[in-house]
Amino acid sequence: MNRLRGPIILAAILVALPLLFPDNYFVTVVVTTAVLHAILAISLNLLMGYAGQISLGHAAFFGIGAYSSAILTTQHRLDPLLAIAAGMLITGTIAFLIARPILRLKGHYLAMATLGFGIIISIILVQAGHFTGGPDGLGDIPKLVIFGWAVESDFHWYIVMSTILILVVWLVNNLIDSRSGRALRALHGSEIAAEMMGINTTAVKSAIFVLSALIASFAGSLFAHQQSFISPDSFSFFFSIELVTMVVLGGLASTYGAIFGALVLTFLPELLVVFEDYEVMVFGAILMAMMIFMPQGLFVGFEKLAQRLYRKFFASQTIDKEQRDVA
Amino acid sequence: MFDQILQFLITGLTTGAIYALVALGFTIIYNASDVVNFAQGEFVMMGAMSTVFLAAGDNGLPTPLAATLSVVLVICVGIFLQRFAIAPARGASVVTTIIITIGASIFLRGLALVVWGKDIHGMTPFSGETPIHIGQATLLPQNIWVMGGTAVMVLAVHYFFHYTMQGKAILACSYNRDAASLMGINVGLMMMVAYGLSALLGAMAGILVAPISFTSYDAGVMLGLKGFSAAILGGMGNPMGAVVGGLLLGLIESLSAGLISSGYKDAIGFIILLLVLFIRPSGLMGKRSSDRV
Repeated sequence: MNRLRGPIILAAILVALPLLFPDNYFVTVVVTTAVLHAILAISLNLLMGYAGQISLGHAAFFGIGAYSSAILTTQHRLDPLLAIAAGMLITGTIAFLIARPILRLKGHYLAMATLGFGIIISIILVQAGHFTGGPDGLGDIPKLVIFGWAVESDFHWYIVMSTILILVVWLVNNLIDSRSGRALRALHGSEIAAEMMGINTTAVKSAIFVLSALIASFAGSLFAHQQSFISPDSFSFFFSIELVTMVVLGGLASTYGAIFGALVLTFLPELLVVFEDYEVMVFGAILMAMMIFMPQGLFVGFEKLAQRLYRKFFASQTIDKEQRDVA
Repeated sequence: MFDQILQFLITGLTTGAIYALVALGFTIIYNASDVVNFAQGEFVMMGAMSTVFLAAGDNGLPTPLAATLSVVLVICVGIFLQRFAIAPARGASVVTTIIITIGASIFLRGLALVVWGKDIHGMTPFSGETPIHIGQATLLPQNIWVMGGTAVMVLAVHYFFHYTMQGKAILACSYNRDAASLMGINVGLMMMVAYGLSALLGAMAGILVAPISFTSYDAGVMLGLKGFSAAILGGMGNPMGAVVGGLLLGLIESLSAGLISSGYKDAIGFIILLLVLFIRPSGLMGKRSSDRV
C-alpha cells in the first residue's frame, strides 16, 4: 500500500491540474515538458542517487532513442511503436557494452568518462549528416498511434507523458524495495562491504546502468514523436548537465525529489524570461544559491524546514502545557 | 608529408599548451580543495574578453597594461568564487560542489553576455604576423608566445609549490587541512591564494591564445572541458600530469584533424581519453588509488 501511495497522489495531481486550469499553456505545454524531464531525471537518479554512480552523459541515451525512432520511422517507414522498441534495443546494447569498462572508474574519472561518451555521441549526431541530417536535424517524424488512437494535440501528449511518468514511478518504487534495490543501496553505502555480503556489485551496477539508459531511450523516442522535429542541440552536453542538476537539486536518492527538481528547472527559465538580458546570469546565481544553502537538495531542504517549524510550534505548546501542569 | 606533420605538431603544441594551462589551473584548485572547478574555462574567457575591451578604441589602454589589469580582475573573480561560493558549501558532496561551480560558470557567462555582448572578438598578435618558415611549415610569432609563455608559467608554478613558503603552505593544506591549521597556517587565506593562482593561469591562457583563436562570451565552455579532459588524462591531482595531458590532447586533436577528419577531431580526442581510462583507470600519471575499508 505504501508503495502505491506516491503514484496515487501523483496521479491525483496530474488529473486535477487540467481540470483546475483547462486549456492553460503552462499545464499542457510546460508541465508536459516537466513530466518528460521528470522521467529522465528519475532514470538518472536510479544511477546517481541509488547506485551512487555519477553520469554527465545521460542526454546521449535520450538522443540515441530519439534519433533511432526518427530515422527508423522516416527513412525505413517502421511503425512508431516498433521503432521505440528498436531504439531501446539499440540503446540497451550500447549501454551494456560500455557499462563494465566505464563503471570500473570512480569519482571524477567516471564523471569524465561519461561526459566524454556524451560528447562523442553528440559529435556523431552532428557529423553523420547522411543519417542524422547533421546540425539541421531531422523533420517530418510521423505521429504516434497507440492502438488506433493518434496522439496529436498538446493535451494528448500531456495524458501520454503523465501516464508514463506514473508507470515509471511505480516501477522504480517497486525496484528500490526489491532485493536488487537493497543490493543497489548497499552498494552506494560501501561497494566493498556490499561485495563482502555476496552482492555481485559489477553485475548490479551494469544492470542499473542499462535500465537507466533504456528509460532515457524510451523518453527520447516519445520526445521525437512529440516534437516531430529533432536536432542535435536537444541532446548536447548542456542537457546532460541540466539533468544532473535536476537530480541533485531535487535531492539525490529520492524519486519525488527528482520530479521536484525537474519541475523547478523546467519552470525557472519560463519565469526568468522577465529578466530578459539578465536571464542567464540570474539563473546561474539561483542555481549556486540553492546548492550552497540546501546542499542536500530542495526536497530534503524544505522537509527539514517544515519539520523545524513544526517542532518549534509544537515544542512551545508542550512547554506551555508542562508549565501549566506544574502550576 | 614531413612538413605537413611538422605543421600539425606546431598547431598541436600551441593548442596543447593552452589546454595544459587550463588543466594546471584545475589541478591546483582540485589539490587545494577537492573541488572540480567547472568555471575554469570562464577564467580563460574573461581574461581574453576584458583585455580586448580594455585595449579597444582610440582611448584604449596599451595591450600590456590592459592584459595586466585583466589578470588582476580575473584573480579577484577567482577569490570571490572561493570566498562566496565554495567556502560556504564546505563539507558538501562532490556532485553538489560540481553543480555549484557549474552555476558559477553559467553566472559568469551570463555576466559576460550582459557586459560584452554576443560578438566574436579578435586581438592583434603581440609581435607582428611575420611567419618564420621551417621547411614548408610556418611558425607564427604568436605560437612562440603561447608555448614560451606556458613554459615560463609552468616553471613558475613548480617553483612556487616547491621553493616558497606560501606554496608549501598550500600543499600542506591539501594533505591535511586540520594539521595545517594547527601548524599556524591560515587555511582560509591559502585557499584564496590557490583560487587566485588558478584564475591567474586561466586568464593568462586566454590572453595568450586570443590572437590565434578569437574569443566570445561562450568561448570558455569548450576550453574548460578540454582542460578537465587533459587533467584527467594526465591523472587528476598531478600537476606534471596535467601539463603532459594537455600537450598530448592538443597533439592528438591536431593530428587527427589533419590526418583523419576535422569534424571528428574532438570525438577522437575523447575516444582516446576513454581508451586510456579503460586501461589505466587513474590516468597516465595518476596514483593508483586503493579503497579504504
